[in-house]
Amino acid sequence: MALAFDEYGRPFIIIKEQEQKTRLRGLDAQKANISAGRSVARILRTSLGPKGMDKMLSSPDGDVTITNDGATILEQMDVDNQIAKLMVELSRSQDYEIGDGTTGVVVMAGSLLEQAEKLLERGIHPIRIAEGYELASRIAVEHLERIAHKFEFGENNIESLVQTCMTTLSSKIVNRCKRQLAEISVKAVLAVADLERKDVNLDLIKVDGKVGGKLEDTELIYGIVVDKDMSHPQMPKQIQDANIAILTCPFEPPKPKTKHKVDIDTVEKFEALRRQEHQYFDDMVQQCKDVGATLVICQWGFDDEANHLLMHRNLPAVRWVGGVELELIAIATGGRIVPRFQELTAEKLGKAGLVREKSFGTTKDRMLYIEHCANSRAVTVFIRGGNKMMIEETKRSIHDALCVARNLIRNNSIVYGGGSAEIACSIAVEAAADRYPGVEQYAIRAFADALDAIPMALAENSGLQPIETLSAVKSQQIKENNPHCGIDCNDVGTTDMREQNVFETLIGKQQQVLLATQVVKMILKIDDVISAAEF
Amino acid sequence: MAIERILKDDASEEKGERARMASFVGAMAIADLVKTTLGPKGMDKILQSTGRGQSVTVTNDGATILKSLHIDNPAAKVLVDISKVQDDEVGDGTTSVVVLAGELLREAEKLVASKIHPMTIIAGFRMAAECAREALLKRVVDNKTNEEKFKMDLMKIAKTTLSSKILSQDKEHFAKLAVDAVLRLKGSTNLESIQIIKKPGGSLKDSFLDEGFILDKKIGIGQPKRIENANILVANTAMDTDKVKIYGARVRVDSMAKVADIEAAEKQKMREKVDKILAHGINCFVNRQLIYNFPEELFANAGVLAIEHADFDGIERLALVTGGEIASTFDNPESVKLGHCKLIEEIMIGEDKLIKFSGVEMGQACTVVLRGASHHVLDEAERSLHDALCVLSQTVNDSRVLFGGGWPEMVMAKAVDELARTTPGKRSHAIEAFSKALVAIPTTIADNAGLDSAELVARLRAEHNKEESNAGINVISGSIGDMSELGISEAFKVKQAVLLSATEAAEMILRVDEIITCAPRRREDRM
Repeated sequence: MALAFDEYGRPFIIIKEQEQKTRLRGLDAQKANISAGRSVARILRTSLGPKGMDKMLSSPDGDVTITNDGATILEQMDVDNQIAKLMVELSRSQDYEIGDGTTGVVVMAGSLLEQAEKLLERGIHPIRIAEGYELASRIAVEHLERIAHKFEFGENNIESLVQTCMTTLSSKIVNRCKRQLAEISVKAVLAVADLERKDVNLDLIKVDGKVGGKLEDTELIYGIVVDKDMSHPQMPKQIQDANIAILTCPFEPPKPKTKHKVDIDTVEKFEALRRQEHQYFDDMVQQCKDVGATLVICQWGFDDEANHLLMHRNLPAVRWVGGVELELIAIATGGRIVPRFQELTAEKLGKAGLVREKSFGTTKDRMLYIEHCANSRAVTVFIRGGNKMMIEETKRSIHDALCVARNLIRNNSIVYGGGSAEIACSIAVEAAADRYPGVEQYAIRAFADALDAIPMALAENSGLQPIETLSAVKSQQIKENNPHCGIDCNDVGTTDMREQNVFETLIGKQQQVLLATQVVKMILKIDDVISAAEF
Repeated sequence: MAIERILKDDASEEKGERARMASFVGAMAIADLVKTTLGPKGMDKILQSTGRGQSVTVTNDGATILKSLHIDNPAAKVLVDISKVQDDEVGDGTTSVVVLAGELLREAEKLVASKIHPMTIIAGFRMAAECAREALLKRVVDNKTNEEKFKMDLMKIAKTTLSSKILSQDKEHFAKLAVDAVLRLKGSTNLESIQIIKKPGGSLKDSFLDEGFILDKKIGIGQPKRIENANILVANTAMDTDKVKIYGARVRVDSMAKVADIEAAEKQKMREKVDKILAHGINCFVNRQLIYNFPEELFANAGVLAIEHADFDGIERLALVTGGEIASTFDNPESVKLGHCKLIEEIMIGEDKLIKFSGVEMGQACTVVLRGASHHVLDEAERSLHDALCVLSQTVNDSRVLFGGGWPEMVMAKAVDELARTTPGKRSHAIEAFSKALVAIPTTIADNAGLDSAELVARLRAEHNKEESNAGINVISGSIGDMSELGISEAFKVKQAVLLSATEAAEMILRVDEIITCAPRRREDRM
């Protein structure tokens, strides 16, 4: 694009292939963007809360996904509009950072945009709105800090953690056995958590699933589950106190990287080569045996002869184990990954109390369980369920629950859920608004209104009268000065979220407010959209 | 300003009522499709593949039908998926699970139409499913301790499963066959070790179970056709000139004489290998890979039976039955475990020669030879037998048994009805609907048999109101009968899986309020 002047000195804009492009400017551009952002939010709005509905997504290849996880819906939605893509990014960054609340953040951004539109119609400059939102978000975040509670937990006192995970899981399809799954998630996180450094490496938790069985059969395994079986059908299926050699070299003759040739021109050489070859396999197996390994796990394949030799020497082996799994096994068993047979020593072996093969159903699916490991710092959540979609959805739900548990270990502050935190913030922001002179005051008030959107959507999805319920709860909060009143989605009979045990993490909530404000500010600052015409 | 379009051009989006409608319609269409195959008088479907050859399959196995359909409706895919999982997990009840899920959705549709929120319906369904499971658990019969009775149970289950299949004419025969085969497995669910060989010709009645093992291979020329007290070496090794495995090695010669030398060395190498194998003191050698002419001749000279190119499963089974190990190296003859059997002989089935190993050490594997008029019949017979074997092997592990013929559904419906009466609130409508959906299964069974379903089901319900009733539909006589007298039984595990997966699937579809379909991936035109 360039600015040019015609012969009379009038400026005009040159864009490449100008006629074919559509261009929106000024208020029109902002309104178009806002409308795009809102339509994304509208899709997610019905998925919010424990009574939220699912979305069915059919991918370009015809695979079906059923989910109510905001990030997943948006990721698979095949969005074309630029602003809508921004919203998708927003939900994704919430997913990366916090792992939960991906729906809420989009709904909040949508309602902020809605309020901004009204202000724009009144002629308030978008930048002033953005500034007002910024101020308001700061007030809200501070207020959240004030109403937050710290709670204590320890290795043995996990009840509060479980409760928080249950809040997360209650909005998913798995809420039938949310108690069990929440306990699994918390135990898994605690198993890998470093409580002193307050850090959790979620990579150490492997979430794996297999169709069949019931959701209730889902289990936490203190060890690793690998979707592989023994390389030879006649090897033992169960090994006690295994010493595991973890290899990344194949049981095959070496293949040097440099090009070489072995020329055979006499019968003697031919014979020698054959003997050499034979010796090779023997040596490899012997080396494993010498260091005292009772199980070999290898990243590569075995030659038939090597396979038989292993079997013959009573050395069970597993082949074609993926790199990531290999690493997990190494971490869990405290072994070292050995790239050459020569470097194999007794210290580098991993230890596991029990290795067993388990078969499922009527098909020949078999999996290898490695349990009672030396270092229990790697665990597996093994999900069973009626069908593939169920497993996938459970995996996503467990991931959310794991993230929540991790966030709590990092920072044990919580706020109460059910929309109570949003209502409390809304009241605080509303009250603070009057203190600001100038146009920003309006924007701050709009922000307060926008915060009401989340409890409103919660009430709506639960089949309650949204406006009536919200105003009742709001007045109750002000009257009793109790920031824990929220929407009673499950018809329990009390609005006090402390009694209902509905928690959310403080950082999750704060992040939601900050991220949503940021994106809305960005969208408001756009005043010119130039898009290429349809082909 | 119109609402911006945010999705890509070809992508579509359906919301709220329309989305729910689309999934209900799709799911019910699938359920109606397989509905007519349910029960002992269910009809078959012909499936014609679109691929080259237009091959035809005739079946009434729900999973097989659904697997071969090309479906566009996402909700229908959920049903196909549960049927597949049912097949993998328990092997039978693949039709029932789809029919039940379809009926649940049909009832749910009515409730949604009368403005009950889907979440309320789901809550009701969950309560009902739990209650139905409890009701079944209360009425299960477990004869694990009594071996005689347990075997009777297995026979009954096998007969019930087979009665809805093509084998129903000879169900007595096949039920016995299946029970024998499964009992040999001694509790393992690995159906791999039951081999099914299909040979066209003869009639279904001529099918038999062989205690030993039959390998669909021919004996090499010039080798003994009959060996008694055989020592068998099962191997997986290349019997050609062992390729040099060291990378980069190649043979370079500069004269014809040397070529001859090398060739001689190669031959010597093969001869040595054969000698090593012979040193095991065997008289039968079975290899997974090819045996070339030269070694074959050597084996023949030594009077050893050599069988080449037995497929991988065959090898594993053979190793399992004869108790030998699968060998790939032959340097330590003393430590290799050999397999043994009393007699190896060539037998004729129809026009084909097969090798039969009888009197094997471990009876864990066996072979079922199916005979029948055509390939279609045989394929369907294999599927039916597979279903029966799956159910039986699962029952061996979980020996709880229920009656069949619509009995479990009536028991569940009765318990669920009671629950509905005692539950306050809107959920009771959903619970009631659940019981209606359960009753739809005996109704369908009766309908398919051309009976007056309304009359029969009403009588059945009255019968079930008495305590401890064993009443079910007797399709043969077209009336209500005592299922324990008729010997119609089903495995608890199958029924439980049907109940749980159908509820899960219905729940999943009900929760959806929006369908977003992405633009189909554009494929390159191969014109």
